[in-house]
Amino acid sequence: MTASVLWQIAQIVLVALLAPLVTGWVRRMKARLNGRKGAPAIQPYRDLYRLLQKEAVVAEGTSWVYRAAPYVTVAVSWLAAAIVPTVTTDLALAPAADLVALVALLGLARFWTALAGLDAGTAFGGIGASREMLIAGLAEPAMLMVTFSVSLLAGTTALPRIVPFVLAGGIGLSVSAGLALAALVMVAVAENGRLPIDNPATHLELTMVHEAMVLDYSGRHLAAMEMAGHLRLTLYIALIICLFLPWGMAVPGAGAAALALAMAAFLIKMFGLATALALFETATAKMRVFRYADFLGGALLLGLLATVFQYVSRAL
Amino acid sequence: MLSIAVAFALLLTAAVGGVVFGRVRAVHGAVYAATLAACLILLGGAVAHLWTGGVTRTTLPIGLPWLPFHVRLDNLSALFMVIVDLAAAVASLFSLSHGPADPNRRRISPAFPLFVLGLNAVLLAADIYGFLVAWEFMSLSSWALVVSDHASEKSRRAGLIYLIVAAFGTICLLACFAIMAGSAGGLTFAALRAHPPMGAAAAVAVGLAILGAGSKAGLVPLHAWLPLAHPQAPAPASALMSGVMTKVAFYALIRILFDLMGGIAWPWGPVLLAIGAVTAVMGVLYALLQDDVKTLLAYSTVENVGIVAIALGLAVIFRADGRAGLAALALVAALYHMLNHSLAKSLMFLGAGTVIGATGHHGLARLGGLLNRLPWTGAAMLVGAAAMSALPPMNGFVSEWLIFQLLFAGPASPHWAVRFGVPVAGAALALAAALAAACFVRAYGFAFLGRPRSPEAAAAIEAPWPMRVAVALLAAGCVALGVIPATVTRILAALLRPVTGAGFDVSAGIGWPFLSPVSAGGGSYSGTVLVLAGLILFIVAVIVARRLGTSATRIDPAWDCGGGESGLDPQYSPAGFTQPLRRTLAASLFRVRETVTMPEPGDPAPATHRLELADPVWRGLYAPVIGAVDWLGERVNRLHFLTLRHYLLMMFATLVSLLLAVAIRQ
Repeated sequence: MTASVLWQIAQIVLVALLAPLVTGWVRRMKARLNGRKGAPAIQPYRDLYRLLQKEAVVAEGTSWVYRAAPYVTVAVSWLAAAIVPTVTTDLALAPAADLVALVALLGLARFWTALAGLDAGTAFGGIGASREMLIAGLAEPAMLMVTFSVSLLAGTTALPRIVPFVLAGGIGLSVSAGLALAALVMVAVAENGRLPIDNPATHLELTMVHEAMVLDYSGRHLAAMEMAGHLRLTLYIALIICLFLPWGMAVPGAGAAALALAMAAFLIKMFGLATALALFETATAKMRVFRYADFLGGALLLGLLATVFQYVSRAL
Repeated sequence: MLSIAVAFALLLTAAVGGVVFGRVRAVHGAVYAATLAACLILLGGAVAHLWTGGVTRTTLPIGLPWLPFHVRLDNLSALFMVIVDLAAAVASLFSLSHGPADPNRRRISPAFPLFVLGLNAVLLAADIYGFLVAWEFMSLSSWALVVSDHASEKSRRAGLIYLIVAAFGTICLLACFAIMAGSAGGLTFAALRAHPPMGAAAAVAVGLAILGAGSKAGLVPLHAWLPLAHPQAPAPASALMSGVMTKVAFYALIRILFDLMGGIAWPWGPVLLAIGAVTAVMGVLYALLQDDVKTLLAYSTVENVGIVAIALGLAVIFRADGRAGLAALALVAALYHMLNHSLAKSLMFLGAGTVIGATGHHGLARLGGLLNRLPWTGAAMLVGAAAMSALPPMNGFVSEWLIFQLLFAGPASPHWAVRFGVPVAGAALALAAALAAACFVRAYGFAFLGRPRSPEAAAAIEAPWPMRVAVALLAAGCVALGVIPATVTRILAALLRPVTGAGFDVSAGIGWPFLSPVSAGGGSYSGTVLVLAGLILFIVAVIVARRLGTSATRIDPAWDCGGGESGLDPQYSPAGFTQPLRRTLAASLFRVRETVTMPEPGDPAPATHRLELADPVWRGLYAPVIGAVDWLGERVNRLHFLTLRHYLLMMFATLVSLLLAVAIRQ
């Protein structure tokens, strides 16, 4: 119990410290692939610090929801990121939320961000909120279908229990695991506002989704919203690692050597996947808004197929 | 039982007083005060009964000569009485100031206590005759509330359609009970329970029960009346119709399927699952497209009714498969969801009543910026919106989480229809939950956030204290039921034990405050822990932001990319908000037709946007039925213009054919 509380606190600190670096790494890699030198990977830390030093400008006529939303969003995203096992599965908070609750926590963060977008009372806040809810309306069911097939495979939706199952070779090379992984990656791309759904580096407001919702934020409020975005990216990569590539992760009772190895393995996988994301984004163009349904509907169907394929493969 | 009799007498007195002294404005306040007292007495009686447990029976000296009204109070009835009277008490509190101010108060005040009485009477009836009388009493008193604004064409049309569907539902229930009584040989519930129907008779009876109760609950395709009728009633009555009457319909379904018939064949499980999935998705898609606040809430009720039907379908499947613990959990999840929805939906309807009263506008496109003007109502409705969107740590999430856990356990069923049906139902439930969040972001965001979209919204002021306290109480209930999910589930499981006949470990392998109801090592959830951890992280985030940086704040006009200074309102509209969802998900289903008229560049005339929707169920089912009835009515009408000779001939022919039928039978 004490150990799991300590690991939990370590994990909370770890994701908070690591998250900006992951975003910075993706940006750096993208710049390199574009033939630019790019900002160093630690630039997001500098940006956050700079934003914190600036005074926050709050739009006239907004309510307390507008001021509370950045903190709620960052706290909820942080909580969710702290629940996904990264180095060890021995986390005190992990039993408080299984995969379904994790999806819902991200939904709570989105709910507040979208409300804040509407509270600003601007055209772009509304555009962003509207598109974000379209994306969520399709990505959330796809994510739950992934959960469904994972739960069918592993017999549980509790993350600390799925990891040992996968480590023991429980999933192996199965068609449905592959389909579920594909669906999860598509959801992760959409939920993090990455290409082809949203361009995180866009400067054209009309094409923005997530950036449009937080357009009127500044100072510490914007810093909190940006931090929430960093945490969400880290969370989704950690989730992919946890569900499909958990090799090296420590289980309760592991020794110091195993933990050091787990830490190294996690960092390698995290930055490896971040590089893969940069490669994917560089090779992709943004979609029209009305094509989102094709992309995310595809993810939903892949998730559903992953579930149904399990019956077929079991029946054979 | 005595307390219940006192409460019923109080409700009747209130209704009579409302009719006789309707001219005196102060009497209307007294009517609602008496209703509030009666609800509290009934609530106290139900809680006291749940505390002691057991079954209380009695017969009343009224009813048919050979069949006095049988009254029976068991845990199932008492639990539903808690759901009904909790919401009814809060609605009465709200009405203390809302009711006397209503211009139609003379038609509303007498019907409101009668409606409360009818709702409770259905739960207490223990024989077919008493049940159907109470059921009709409930339908007719709520109909009176729907048509209370009878000067409006919309109200009259809604009332007519409601009356027709209610009659259809009662006929189905009557036929269902007739089949059951035929095999039981008695009209009391005790007799029905002793000899449930078998074979084809049972199948027909179950189908009729689903049609009868489903029409009152608003299951697709019998939902069409609900979004017309519920919004037409005054806000407290809408709250009771949507929040409570749909639950009483499910009470009837649970009573018939799980108690009187003692479990039904498994194929009805997938049927309920399919109906529930379609209802949930269609309900929320409709809700997304509405501009009228109360219509939106009524469609959202359709969605939640579908979710309850999914849970009941799972209960049927697990029960028939012999997985009694999971079946018990499914019923608990259904009850939990009904309790949650009754609180949250009553909250939203009462809040909508405050909003409409404060601004005079029903449409989202004319509201906005109300959170700063109605801080109490606004804060309470934010809780309600989160609960309706099934977001943690609110109560709505817990019941949906339980249903998801049950769906994950579904594929272990031996039936292929269940195995393939359950993931599809899961996808539908997930879609409904995600779209519900979009729907309530839109409803709340456009009503309460941003800048006012009309002068009336800008001038809105907060409601008097009974209305504020009413919504605050319901919001507190939504939070309380959400943050201690393990405790609530444990209590519901213990109380439902006599109905479900099986127990299960609420926190298998983990212990309080975690909820892990399916198996040790299965998925677990704890709103308690998440709230505490989330609060700590929230405080840390605030402190870090302010310590590392500055807490200086400046209030300025919105930046909006340098726009927003032209004097025009650049805010998004509710119709624009749903445009992407409408085009991608709903365009072909609802045959959406949009017409935009754009003035020439330089012309300052406003652009207009018209949106037309068609309900596919209305087109595909109701319109043909209405056509057929008209056609038949035309033919039957000729019978009115026959000669005496023809009438006598027809009577003779009827007699002969009846005698022939009897002769053939023997």
